[in-house]
Amino acid sequence: MSRALARPYLLLSPAILSLSLLMVAPVVFVLAYSFWLRTAEGLDVPAFQFGNWANFFSDEFYWLALYSTFKTALITTAVCIVLGYPTAYFLARAEIKNRGLLLFLMFLPFWVSYIIRTMSWINVLGKNGFVNAVLMGIGITDEPFKLLYNDFSVIMGLVYFQLPYMIINVYVSLDGIDRNLESAARVLGCTPWQSFREVTLPLSLPGLGAGSLLCFVLAAGSYVTPRLLGGTDTLFFPDLIYEAIISQLDWPFGAVLSVVMLVALGLVIAVYNRFMSLSDVYRSFAR
Amino acid sequence: MSSVELKKVEKHFSGGVVAVDAIDLDVPDGAFVTLLGPSGCGKTTTLRMVAGLETPTGGEIRIKGQRVNETPIHQRNLGMVFQNYALFPHKSIFDNVAFGLKYRKVSKSDIAARVKQALDIVRLPGVEERFPTQLSGGQQQRIALARALVIEPDVLLLDEPLSALDANLREEMRGEIKAIQQRIGVTAIFVTHDQGEALAMSDLVVVMNKGRIEQRGAPAEVYEHPRSEFVANFLGNANFVSGTVAAVNGKRVSVVLADGARIDVADSARAVEMGEAVNVIVRAEKIELGGGGLAGTIAAVDYLGSTARYDVTLAGGQKVTALATIRDGARRVGEAVSLAIAAEHCRIL
Repeated sequence: MSRALARPYLLLSPAILSLSLLMVAPVVFVLAYSFWLRTAEGLDVPAFQFGNWANFFSDEFYWLALYSTFKTALITTAVCIVLGYPTAYFLARAEIKNRGLLLFLMFLPFWVSYIIRTMSWINVLGKNGFVNAVLMGIGITDEPFKLLYNDFSVIMGLVYFQLPYMIINVYVSLDGIDRNLESAARVLGCTPWQSFREVTLPLSLPGLGAGSLLCFVLAAGSYVTPRLLGGTDTLFFPDLIYEAIISQLDWPFGAVLSVVMLVALGLVIAVYNRFMSLSDVYRSFAR
Repeated sequence: MSSVELKKVEKHFSGGVVAVDAIDLDVPDGAFVTLLGPSGCGKTTTLRMVAGLETPTGGEIRIKGQRVNETPIHQRNLGMVFQNYALFPHKSIFDNVAFGLKYRKVSKSDIAARVKQALDIVRLPGVEERFPTQLSGGQQQRIALARALVIEPDVLLLDEPLSALDANLREEMRGEIKAIQQRIGVTAIFVTHDQGEALAMSDLVVVMNKGRIEQRGAPAEVYEHPRSEFVANFLGNANFVSGTVAAVNGKRVSVVLADGARIDVADSARAVEMGEAVNVIVRAEKIELGGGGLAGTIAAVDYLGSTARYDVTLAGGQKVTALATIRDGARRVGEAVSLAIAAEHCRIL
């Protein structure tokens, strides 16, 4: 290869090297692990057999867990859309002076550890927590509501964590829309609502799609929130991976579950990419 | 009959900014009227108030005799062309042009026929299936024009539609817009900061400054007989030569410069008194180099090809600019010249 041809590869080599070491290699190892044999004594022996995979495919409990995880992620995403779009619209369109400050404030909680922020919801939603104290204080209820350790608190925590990602994606999209397009639609005969439907909404779909994908993938892959805020009956796939690898020390089966999760989320992204452009997902980070 | 009337229309923004200060304007039916002025003069705000995109804080706007202050934008039946075209990027050219018709409940077959007709008018037939990004800037602006005209608007509003185009295309489009406007006979209000566009296209030029109308009139009238120093200056290449009134004979005035040279003014716009200090206004292209009464030295030459712009320092130290056709090579810096200024081209404001 001539030097001129080699140059781009040379320049890319740090990136290729770090990606291979930090991303590709671990995934390959995990894939290899999924074929290892776990002996009756609890030892993991290198092998190439499909026992772990057979266990997975024969137990519908894991499919149920996957379904439940995706359902929760989907609900989280839907709630983020409903709460995030109007907020982003306000940030992009309202005549406010301190837009930058508001965006900064939105990301301010990120300075505090995710785990601490998630745990603080226990104090808000718990039996003697803030919400119940207020509700009982003003006499709406005598008994505290069960707000914590169920699907509600999991979704609450996930929404709380994902919402800024949704807002910033939609905001970037809305902010990039030429305001004259809405003016043009209005002059041509649209009411404000019609102009939103014809122009603003379709042109903000890339941001909405990107934000939704991000929300969905992050929610489905989250482990801390369901662990801290979920109840005993909360079924969350990443939690099962933790159980298999850390609690039961069954690395081969944990590897199977990890690969399943990776493929399932990969499929979601592939379907998304079929209909929307993936490059929009990166765009909001490029700013 | 007036197509658009503005009566004491004003726009005050919060913070005490006066964008438009009680202007009166009549736009005759079928006329091409240009609002001309520097950025921030209120011309675009005025146009946007006619469109309904801004709400006047005072005064009355009438379109075809009807007060429209309270009429929402979408019920005004106007066509508007924006500086950056503002075509809907996610819609085909057909859907872009058909957009206004769709909201006017025109039947499908009529829409197809009228879109085709509109594309013929702007000389871009057959692009229905394409998308805006697949067209050049000039073509996009034609589509924007078609989209505005296809609804048969009461008034066509043009907000600096040429400024995003490159120089050659701009001149071509300026002729074309004017031709289409005349053929259809639609009333047009055109906003620009480009005096060339204003003079070439308009039936009526309205020069605006700081939210007020400085002067209005036919292009030649505004150019030849500016009523204020601002208008003289904004409509290109005016010199202001200061001197003292030495003789007054009716409207004929003689002005003596510091170095003793004389400039005769044929038609003073106002009465002046002997000994009064005045500015004589004369356009650069009206100053003839060679064979005249004023002595000077060329301080700088701006070579423009067929013409050259000379900065000339007069004997008394004042500077004037002269624009002259080049015949046998441009003059050089440092060369002594005499300037001739005909009395009928001089004005005192």
